[in-house]
Amino acid sequence: MEEAAEIALTVNGETVSARVEARRHLVDFLRLDLGLTGSRLGCEHGVCGACTVRVDGAIVRGCLMLAVQADGADVWTIEGLSDAGEIAGLQDAFVARNALQCGYCTPGMLLTAAEMLKAGRRMTRPEIREFLSGNFCRCTGYHAIVDAIEAVMAERFRD
Amino acid sequence: MTDRPEAAGRPLPRGSARRLAAGRGRYADDLRFPGLLHLAFVRSPHAHARIVKIDPAPALAAVPAAKVFTGADIAAVCTPWQGKMDHLPTLVSPPQHAVAVDRAVWQGEPVAAVAAASRALAEDAAAAVAVEWEPLPAAAVRDRTLDADAAPAHPELGGNLAYAAAIRAGDPEAALAGSAHVVEACFSFARHTGVPLEPRTVIADYDPGEGRLTVHGSHQAPWHQQDTLSRHLGIPEHLVRVVTPDIGGGFGIKLHIYGEEIAVSAVSRILGRPVKYTADRLESFISDIQARDQRVEARMGVDADGAIRGLSVDALSSFGAFASYGRAPVNEGMMTISMAGGPYANGHYEGRLRIAFQNKPPSGMYRAVGQPIACAVTEQLLDRAAHAAGIDPVEMRRRNYWAEDAFPLRTPGGIAMDRLSLRQCLDRLVAMMGYDALRAEQAALRRSGVYRGIGVATFLEMTAIGAERYGPAGARISTQDGATVRLEPSGRVRCVTSVIEIGQGTLSALAQIVADRLGVAPEDVGVVGGDTALAPYGGGAWASRGLTIGGEAAWRAAEGLRANILELAGSILQADPAGLDLAGGAVCDRATGETRITLAEIGRIGHFRQDTLPPGVQPELAVTRHYAPDDVPFALANGVQGSSLEVDAETGGVRLLGHWVVEDCGRIVNPLLVEEQIRGGVVQGIGGALFEECRYDEHGQLLNGSLADYLVPMAAELPDIHVGHVETPLRGTALGAKGAGEAGTVGAPAAVLLAVNDALRPLGAQVSSLPITPEAVLNAIAAAA
Repeated sequence: MEEAAEIALTVNGETVSARVEARRHLVDFLRLDLGLTGSRLGCEHGVCGACTVRVDGAIVRGCLMLAVQADGADVWTIEGLSDAGEIAGLQDAFVARNALQCGYCTPGMLLTAAEMLKAGRRMTRPEIREFLSGNFCRCTGYHAIVDAIEAVMAERFRD
Repeated sequence: MTDRPEAAGRPLPRGSARRLAAGRGRYADDLRFPGLLHLAFVRSPHAHARIVKIDPAPALAAVPAAKVFTGADIAAVCTPWQGKMDHLPTLVSPPQHAVAVDRAVWQGEPVAAVAAASRALAEDAAAAVAVEWEPLPAAAVRDRTLDADAAPAHPELGGNLAYAAAIRAGDPEAALAGSAHVVEACFSFARHTGVPLEPRTVIADYDPGEGRLTVHGSHQAPWHQQDTLSRHLGIPEHLVRVVTPDIGGGFGIKLHIYGEEIAVSAVSRILGRPVKYTADRLESFISDIQARDQRVEARMGVDADGAIRGLSVDALSSFGAFASYGRAPVNEGMMTISMAGGPYANGHYEGRLRIAFQNKPPSGMYRAVGQPIACAVTEQLLDRAAHAAGIDPVEMRRRNYWAEDAFPLRTPGGIAMDRLSLRQCLDRLVAMMGYDALRAEQAALRRSGVYRGIGVATFLEMTAIGAERYGPAGARISTQDGATVRLEPSGRVRCVTSVIEIGQGTLSALAQIVADRLGVAPEDVGVVGGDTALAPYGGGAWASRGLTIGGEAAWRAAEGLRANILELAGSILQADPAGLDLAGGAVCDRATGETRITLAEIGRIGHFRQDTLPPGVQPELAVTRHYAPDDVPFALANGVQGSSLEVDAETGGVRLLGHWVVEDCGRIVNPLLVEEQIRGGVVQGIGGALFEECRYDEHGQLLNGSLADYLVPMAAELPDIHVGHVETPLRGTALGAKGAGEAGTVGAPAAVLLAVNDALRPLGAQVSSLPITPEAVLNAIAAAA
């Protein structure tokens, strides 16, 4: 359990080198070693989606990936995407519709929503709901989240 | 002052939403403390077992720096507690230790705590602690716990009955015997839990130098926490401070006293270092309070024209292993028998309740406490009676509601009702959901073998409960909240509240209320809460009290500050304060609206230039006010919910097509916040109706203790939820707001249950156990065939 490895990766556009325990999850590495606490722990077994981060262009569960597996990867978290302005439209829509209550699931929701936008087209509400079905929100009932994503798609992908 | 305020009533986005959406929330697990140790727990693998021996040696071999604390070690600095209620002397519950001593009484009860430098190391060491067990028979099947040969959950109590109660009005037996139609059913409501996404987390930091304990925690009732820590750890209350950072959902789960959380403070006290515990999800499923878990046998009698003649409800409820401490543990069951039948005119009622212990996690107050059960039982019987009498279910409700001129009244169940808007809500709902069109569509589709169902359920929601309920119980819980409102030198306003923000947006709503009273914009009011050392004493976040009680306190504090500002302005301007008003961030002339002096100038003079004031004038630019419900014992909200769904008779699956709610929570301060409370509540109610159950085997072993196995509603299973409002202001308060947090959860299970049974009726099948699984639907269809 004391085995450790050297890793080097890019996190939110910055180069990071670290020695990490082999058993350290990516999300624990981000939270505990880099102080990027926006990615949350909800279940630590890959169901709730609160730890969703982007690795090499695709969203993954930060609790199902080890930090050592991210060696050489390009990792983006809610902090980086917020600072870069990439998800500003989604954030505005979430705020305007109160599509978050406690906010604990919100970073994961936003990363999943950003992934949805990559399809480059408007999705139906059932399609949006299906895409969100790996992100657990206990507060909102999802309706306002679907509204927010639908509104951003309508704005961005005018037919 | 009775005019509709300017900011209150508007759907303004929450101030904190942008911060949370940027991932900048600071939850307890995000906080950093120098010298921190992490605590992990050794838990009982048995539902009931004697602890023969605990050997820490293997743990110390695995992690030499670890420190192991048994129940006895913790008990040396922390006294046990007991879930009693002073006014219910027959309620029994044995003493509960923070960490079990001698005997564990549920699977998952902590039996030792292990501290180490990281969570991983603490868990490594905890896993290595060797415990020798002597398993004991467990009381683990609810419906058999009161049988004569049932294993005792606590052998020293001589039986599993914890409490029994009965309510009676009129002559229910004669009324039922004389009814044209009598319908009956035996309902079962499964044990489930709240699953806030952020697990329970607490960090305790005891400073031996000052004897001071500071606790940061994800907790809904920090005042209750402060009181408990002070009394059970023997630390004077003024040296205990509980701080709540951002909280990742609560729903009642986080308002209870948990052994692990108290043990964290005990260990910090022993070691003189900060100590942290954060539950993982698997631990949450075996240690968070669980709820519902009732069997209810009920009968309703109606006249030939559908009028209710009598109602009888017999409930068997469960505490789990202990009555929850310091609150009202009997309420899950008491709400069932006191709220059943509530919306409907009836003089003949009987409610019986028995509460039994089981070797399962302690039960507690989860969103809507007992009311979803009362609602589902009442509404389902009414639907069956409507069917028996050949009356449309909507018409059946309209006929049976209390007459408009009957209010105020006290129901046979003992619920005081001031004024409800039952018919308005029903009419509005029927229009919103297009009831007649849905019925026509249902009939058409049935001819082609599609089983659609429609459910319409009336709900009552008891909110903002006052001291009349908790006070006589001896619960050291304040039903009062307080607020301090202060004018800053810049003319901006700060409000410090005892209300706890857990995602509802209450603090933003308080800003709207205060802004209106002081004639400033909501963004010029900063609201903070969540610190027992700094805020006025209060209750926290539970029973949908934030706006009704905390909002009223903020209103009154702002009114007090307004008077002080006008008085000071009068001194400065040599004018009569009665001729002055506040608007646009300034003191203005009441008659002409002309600005006389800005609030910034008042702030500057009041805080920095007292030397320029007339002799004897003392600026008082901070005002604290409290409010506890006095005119009414609680704020009773009401509404109606509708569900449309389709049952697949081949798979037993239920597909939700639409959900509608019309609710009356009195005056609405921010419709955006209210609608999200309603929708979130509906979804938790749907969870209880279709998905959620803590499944235990007969030995008390949890079978589905992960988020992969315990089903919660996800986006894909849910329909759009349409919300409408009726506003009947609460009497006796300036604000007029009632709570809204539980409405959705109260009515949704009933609406869904009724709709499923409406769909199944042509097949001759009915279900009466929640959650309604596909298996249960198929079994009901098979039984009817």
